[in-house]
Amino acid sequence: MPVSTEGNLKVWQRRDRKKQLSIWFGWLVGVAIFMFCWKIISDATTWFFVFDAPRIAADIGGRAWPPRWEYLSELWKPMWDTINIATLGTLLAVIMGVPVAFLAANNTTPSKRFLRPLALLIIVSTRSINSLVWALLLVAIIGPGIFAGTLAIAIRSIGFVGKLLYEAIEEIDINQVEAIQATGASKLQVIAYGIVPQIMPAFAGLSVFRWDINIRESTILGLVGAGGIGLYLQSSLNVLAWPQVTVILIMILVAVLISEWVSSRVRQAII
Amino acid sequence: MSASIQGKSRQWKRPPFIKNNTLRYGLLALICIYFVAAFLSYDVNWTRVYDGLDRGWQFIKAFSHPDFVTRWSDISAGIWESIIITVTATVVGIILAIPIALGAASNLAPKPIYLISRGFIAVARALHEIIVAILMVAIFGFGPLAGFITLTFSTIGFIAKLLAEDIENISKPQAEAVKASGAGWWQWINYAVQPQVMPRLIGLSIYRIDINFRSSSILGLVGAGGVGATLNTAFDRYEFDTAAAIILIIIAIVMVLEYGSSFIRAKVQ
Repeated sequence: MPVSTEGNLKVWQRRDRKKQLSIWFGWLVGVAIFMFCWKIISDATTWFFVFDAPRIAADIGGRAWPPRWEYLSELWKPMWDTINIATLGTLLAVIMGVPVAFLAANNTTPSKRFLRPLALLIIVSTRSINSLVWALLLVAIIGPGIFAGTLAIAIRSIGFVGKLLYEAIEEIDINQVEAIQATGASKLQVIAYGIVPQIMPAFAGLSVFRWDINIRESTILGLVGAGGIGLYLQSSLNVLAWPQVTVILIMILVAVLISEWVSSRVRQAII
Repeated sequence: MSASIQGKSRQWKRPPFIKNNTLRYGLLALICIYFVAAFLSYDVNWTRVYDGLDRGWQFIKAFSHPDFVTRWSDISAGIWESIIITVTATVVGIILAIPIALGAASNLAPKPIYLISRGFIAVARALHEIIVAILMVAIFGFGPLAGFITLTFSTIGFIAKLLAEDIENISKPQAEAVKASGAGWWQWINYAVQPQVMPRLIGLSIYRIDINFRSSSILGLVGAGGVGATLNTAFDRYEFDTAAAIILIIIAIVMVLEYGSSFIRAKVQ
């Protein structure tokens, strides 16, 4: 126990000198890095605009209120599209992600040398790229519209579904699988009766969770032309129609909160 | 287990997921109706899709010869800006998230503060980064500052919510032991609450770095700094080899961050 003596008194200390110094040094380096980064941001900023920000924010706020509620009638169709993008995108992702997960899991993959690395590559590359980037790419390839948005959401979610599901598959109880094997079941039957029932709760939970995330993501895909309510947000912003922007933002907020509530209720019911 | 008798041999049938028949078929019918309605509202221009397949193939081919060189100055500037936004936003976000998490923990905060903090968290989590970024660019002007504020805002929502849940789940005996020794409120937080939630806070912070970098790579699309602007330009000009280079760099950095974060989290927890 590190103890320092002050005169005759022994004082307890949490750390000895060496450890304390190294912690201070760590803080020093951390703060220095932060200040360096901050300086770069500060150099790239026109501070005059920033000091003007409260006035501009008040100005925008003043224009944005009251919301133009009549605009709501035009928003039901894009909201329907947004929900479709999220739902069908999640469905597609699940359909594509499940085989990838089975190929990636250590205990179910048919070949550890070729298929597993390939499946892991699919998972990593689809996961690390934001759905907006996928949308950008798909709009360039197959043209604007909700189809591109759905595919973007689906591709981005493959990695998410695949990763969480293959981790769940690797954690299954092997005794149940062996029991099914002992009855003389074929490989497919082992998967259907030994593995699937064990991963079903995890699978349902993560699908609903991803659906909830996808609702939030699909609200912005319209900014790059991939359909949904983001398209209307973009066009309202372009003409500086702030009262319409307020209506759209309120609608997005409500939709996201509802989907979050639904998903947490469903997950509670499953788990 | 439900068993039906077929002839002489009894056959096992898998029990249905939902026991109630009407509920099961009703849900199934509703789902079918939804899918038909959803598919009908899709209007896909298949000739356009077919024409695009060629471009898609070119994009995939571009990954075999990504072009790091031609626009390297733009790419490196964008990536640096993304990293810088990530670092600053994560640090400031965590510092600001801690008091809000304390306010949003129902076992610490009085009711009004609890409600305000929870409301703030709900709004910060519900709005997508891009939407916040659009507003911030409108208010603070173009540049990395808008991106920094955006990511700070969403970092606060993320960390504060999960940290508050962890604070609500702390072990009571330890907290009471510290209180019984006559500690004041600050000492109580410092010696009873903080040690219990610290591993979780470190884990969340490192995870958030990862998320923030991924988000910072798209903020450029709306002018809030980072590599997104370069990526957008590359797609607009159909320069798929440059776009492939940027995407490969993003994937590489995310992978490094992910390995690093899982290493540190395993060490802390």
